[in-house]
Amino acid sequence: MQIDVEAVPSRARVPASLRRSQEDPAWVRYGLTAIALGVVLLLIVVPVLNVFVEAFADGVGTYFRNLVADDDTLHAIGLTLTVVPIAVVANVVFGIAAAWAVSRFNFRGRALLTALIDLPFSVSPVVAGLMFVLIFGLQGYFGAFLRRDGFSIMPYVVALVLAGTWLVGSLLVKPRRGAPPLGLWRHPWLLSVGGSAAVFTVAVALQQYFEVWPQNQSLKIIFAVPGLVLATAFVTFPFVARELIPVMDAIGPDEELAAVSLGASGWQMFWHVTLPNVKWGLVYGVILCNARAMGEFGAVYVVSGHIAGQTDTMPLRIEKLFQEYNLPGSFAVASLLTLVAILTLILKTRLEKLVPAPPRPGAPNSAETAT
Amino acid sequence: MASVNRRVLPGFSLTLGYTVFYLSVLVLLPLVACFVRAGSLSFDEFYNAVWTERARAAYSLTFGASFIAAVANLFFGALIAWVLVRYDFPGKRLVDSLVDLPLALPTAVGGLVYASLYVENGWLGRYLVPLGINAAYSRLGIVLVLIFVGLPFVVRTVQPVLEDFDAEAEEASSSLGATRWQTFYTVILPTLYPALITGFALAFARSIGEYGSVVFISGNMPYKTEIAPILIVARLEEFAYGEATAIAVVLLVVSFAMLFLINVLEGWSRRYAN
Repeated sequence: MQIDVEAVPSRARVPASLRRSQEDPAWVRYGLTAIALGVVLLLIVVPVLNVFVEAFADGVGTYFRNLVADDDTLHAIGLTLTVVPIAVVANVVFGIAAAWAVSRFNFRGRALLTALIDLPFSVSPVVAGLMFVLIFGLQGYFGAFLRRDGFSIMPYVVALVLAGTWLVGSLLVKPRRGAPPLGLWRHPWLLSVGGSAAVFTVAVALQQYFEVWPQNQSLKIIFAVPGLVLATAFVTFPFVARELIPVMDAIGPDEELAAVSLGASGWQMFWHVTLPNVKWGLVYGVILCNARAMGEFGAVYVVSGHIAGQTDTMPLRIEKLFQEYNLPGSFAVASLLTLVAILTLILKTRLEKLVPAPPRPGAPNSAETAT
Repeated sequence: MASVNRRVLPGFSLTLGYTVFYLSVLVLLPLVACFVRAGSLSFDEFYNAVWTERARAAYSLTFGASFIAAVANLFFGALIAWVLVRYDFPGKRLVDSLVDLPLALPTAVGGLVYASLYVENGWLGRYLVPLGINAAYSRLGIVLVLIFVGLPFVVRTVQPVLEDFDAEAEEASSSLGATRWQTFYTVILPTLYPALITGFALAFARSIGEYGSVVFISGNMPYKTEIAPILIVARLEEFAYGEATAIAVVLLVVSFAMLFLINVLEGWSRRYAN
């Protein structure tokens, strides 16, 4: 399903070239155009103008004071700028991996996987936040454990990341051609799987030995930054993958096959062939993902606990200022997010010309359910 | 669809493994947790949570307002798509981009600005309130923000179909003596049905889960202007996690049914298009 910022790139067509039989009477043309413009004006243009007029209602000085002099607002801006990049980067890594697996290989359950990638779009943001509260909240499944000795999982988390990095690295790097592989290099699978297991064990052991993490202390996920990141990542989960899959489908695997058959390693192929080909599609996905992540309200509202100066992101700050009847302050924050939205639209319109069109542009949203 | 032998291109097990891992941790496990938590309630507890008078009022408002908004979007969306494809006017490309604004604008900003536009001294409220039209803190306001939120969906599903529409069919129709309206009604409109229904379903599905914009404008009065997601938050704030989860499961089941329906519709429209 595509509840998202995706739009099929519009291809401008010159109406003058339409045949006479397709022409409507002038009064119909002007009437319908007037209604359409009226709807867009009333629903979209007037609200956007209103944001800026209200934000600057008491002058430019007050506007900046509302933003800069309020510590909680500043903190909210900082928090949004912390949470959003983490969530976006996580979803970019996932999106590239998912697009590669789905668009380049045939495997059982591929249709199911593509459908599951879209699943977060159909989950109400509030429900998304609730799910994380059910797992990590005080009464949640891991709640008691996290409160008792939450940091005891950290060595394993860190070790898992390191082991994963090893796995990726060893699969992507190919020994230089010509030089005969020595020792363990002759067994690439042993090297990658055994190596990552070894990295995992050593990392856990080192962290335990040096007592890197505090013991018997509660690790806060809900009502803290990790929960905000999880909720934001959940809500923006499909964006990058959904943009990349049709682009990769449209480009096809020929150039990558050529690169590999000429002896490129996986990393070289990705860096020199795949990434340059899909870069605009990737940027497009990142922009949409970022816009949604910055504006996410419902999911973040549920997991944040709404503590001013601690877990308020920018949209939550807007709501709090609104509740406190501080409308100029509220609109000042809103104007920043509106600027981001306008910037997103401009970049999006520019990029639509650069992104390769999916194979059959006629069908609405045809690309995401690859058959 | 280009599929390659796994031996030729690298990275199959790595990327598929990571995709499944990330999907499971971030999406599937939380969903399972939600259903398990709801399943741990007894039938009576579940029933008493999801079928209270307040909850029923919230459902009928959520689905009713979403439905009205989606119907409004069906008409406005088709109209805007038609105008954008068929007519030429200054600023057309700007309008074309602006249609996507509701998707890029944070819902909280949308809710905030709509609330301030329609209050008594707001830009639009100062003309509407004297006429007895009170959009702020009312059900009308909820419908308005839901129309705003769902506007792009119908436009963006109908637009490409209209652009690809075969001019020959229209010419044949008019040369056989049909009036312009007859041509539209009997030749053009039927080919738009799949796109219209898909757009309608997308807008409807999006509206059901909407929270950020509604919370500003609705006033959140139980029985009156409280939608289902707001009720979930209210239950959470009372630390009634079981009840909140039960209502959440109802919403999830409806959303997944919509998702299924939309996929079926898209399959249908693809067949239709060929």
